[in-house]
Amino acid sequence: MIVLDAAVVVERPAFRLDAAVTAAAGELVVVLGPNGAGKSTLLGAIAGLVRADGHVRIDGDPVLDSDAGVDRPPEDRPVGVVFQDGRLFPHLSVLDNVAFGLRCAGTRAGPARSEARDWLDRIGLAGRAGDRPTALSGGQAQLVALARALATRPRVLLLDEPLSALDAQTRPAVRTDLRRHLGTFSGARLLVTHDPVEALVLADRLVVVEDGAVVQQGTPDELRRHPRTPYTASVVGLNLWRGRGDGRRLVVEGGAPLVVPGPAPAGPAIAVVSPRAISLHLARPEGSPRNLVEGRIAGIEHRGDTVRVQVDGALPLVADVTAGALADLGLRVGDPVWAGFKASEVEVAPA
Amino acid sequence: MLVVPAVVGGLLVVLPLAGLVQRAPWSDLWALLGTEAVREALRLSLLTSTVATVVSVALGVPLAWVLARVAFPGRRVARALVTLPMVLPPVVGGAALLLALGRRGLVGQYLDQWFGIVLPFSTAGVVVAETFVAMPFLVVTVEAAFRAADRRYEDAAATLGARPWTVFRRVTLPAVRPALVAGAVLCWARALGEFGATITFAGNLQGRTQTMPLAVFVTRESDRGAAIALSLVMVAISLAVLVGLRDRWLATGGDAPTGDRP
Repeated sequence: MIVLDAAVVVERPAFRLDAAVTAAAGELVVVLGPNGAGKSTLLGAIAGLVRADGHVRIDGDPVLDSDAGVDRPPEDRPVGVVFQDGRLFPHLSVLDNVAFGLRCAGTRAGPARSEARDWLDRIGLAGRAGDRPTALSGGQAQLVALARALATRPRVLLLDEPLSALDAQTRPAVRTDLRRHLGTFSGARLLVTHDPVEALVLADRLVVVEDGAVVQQGTPDELRRHPRTPYTASVVGLNLWRGRGDGRRLVVEGGAPLVVPGPAPAGPAIAVVSPRAISLHLARPEGSPRNLVEGRIAGIEHRGDTVRVQVDGALPLVADVTAGALADLGLRVGDPVWAGFKASEVEVAPA
Repeated sequence: MLVVPAVVGGLLVVLPLAGLVQRAPWSDLWALLGTEAVREALRLSLLTSTVATVVSVALGVPLAWVLARVAFPGRRVARALVTLPMVLPPVVGGAALLLALGRRGLVGQYLDQWFGIVLPFSTAGVVVAETFVAMPFLVVTVEAAFRAADRRYEDAAATLGARPWTVFRRVTLPAVRPALVAGAVLCWARALGEFGATITFAGNLQGRTQTMPLAVFVTRESDRGAAIALSLVMVAISLAVLVGLRDRWLATGGDAPTGDRP
């Protein structure tokens, strides 16, 4: 069942957004695009924070229909938003932040607070109810922002780069929490990001936006098979392996073990490595890289200054090297090769 | 090179206060402060400056919000006009108030004819004069805070279902609260010391319009002791205001990242 059906046009000097997205109940659609592509503007138009033409229908009910003169303000749209910077009200306690939406909907202070406390319980932060938001870590603040948005029981949840303000160490853990709590939401979910790993790990469906227009959409696998633009190709061209964590390492389907930063999550997991992080060697290199795999070159594809090399073996992968480096190595299709990358280059997420 | 003028400048500020303290009739202070005229002036001053501050907050906060947030033609001119009383000689302000609100004034004649309201030479007139002079201090402070307040929090509130009035009350106003307090205190202090506009517009009637500054002025020859006693009271109040404001500024401005301002 389609919950969100949006097709909006935003005209600005030197910028035009003309994009359509839909999202079904329970579906998590990731809007992916480079910085400045218009992703946040798209969310703003759906939420009613950015003036737009076109239409936005939620459960078939138009909240924006410029032909019919319908343009409901943000407070009259069943849309919740989690902002990049959280935007928890600094003068209210964590509890009152979560209760804010309920109070606006007319719930009395007592019941609103006790419901807000339930939400904090769910995200494991009941102990922080009385704190000011500034006392929270970045990850905790984003979970509170999520609880605050969900507490109003929206039909559509918009997440605008919810993890990009966090530092690299905490991001995977918060992403896992976020994913878990997003799973309990029955409405449509639209998440904007410019981080390909986040997109591949979280998305049921990907919508790629470039220069204010949707250039492609589909499941991560569909996009991987048929990327239509160089941006899409570079984004979904990431090495992504599925496997199982054994608490220490991650064993990829097919048997190859990966050394990952920190302890690997127990159970099914996804590992992502950028092709740029992989180096190629003629013989087994001494020292540095923690992950080394032997393979055979299956394809060489020139893309301007870089060359994408496809390596088959126990761990099939692609590596981006410079044309000069490839010439120095003198590699050709069919040659045996060693590929190496550091443990710190591996991004891991529970699947 | 800079030390000499610095010392002279400092003395210029401190010496008159020292003179005041040195000449103060400390032994008779309580008796002097207990006289009818002094008590009347004290009561009237506290009453009118407090009412003027309340009026300034009630009118000045919406005015500051409009100047900060509503784009309209001539906004820059309006901004300049609102702050004019800060630089205008108060006597001129008082004269202008008479021409506008006096019994034959532009608006005053209708206030008299239609409602029987006569502002000049009344306690209400004192409040009007003090508000005229002091409100800009509040407006300027609060307007700057409205402009500096992070509008993105207001967006967030709207997505949570808050109507514009709720957004203003629960998000915008708390964000400008430190500025509002500072502005109100400044406004009150300015109203308390108001002299020129008050004496021009409201006159100098003991018990009705004779505030402390006016009482100091008229008694400084006839009853020097009372004048000095009153002056000391005002110095004490001014110092208290300054110290209080300093603490506030230190408490809110000093640790802004963890304070209650966004």
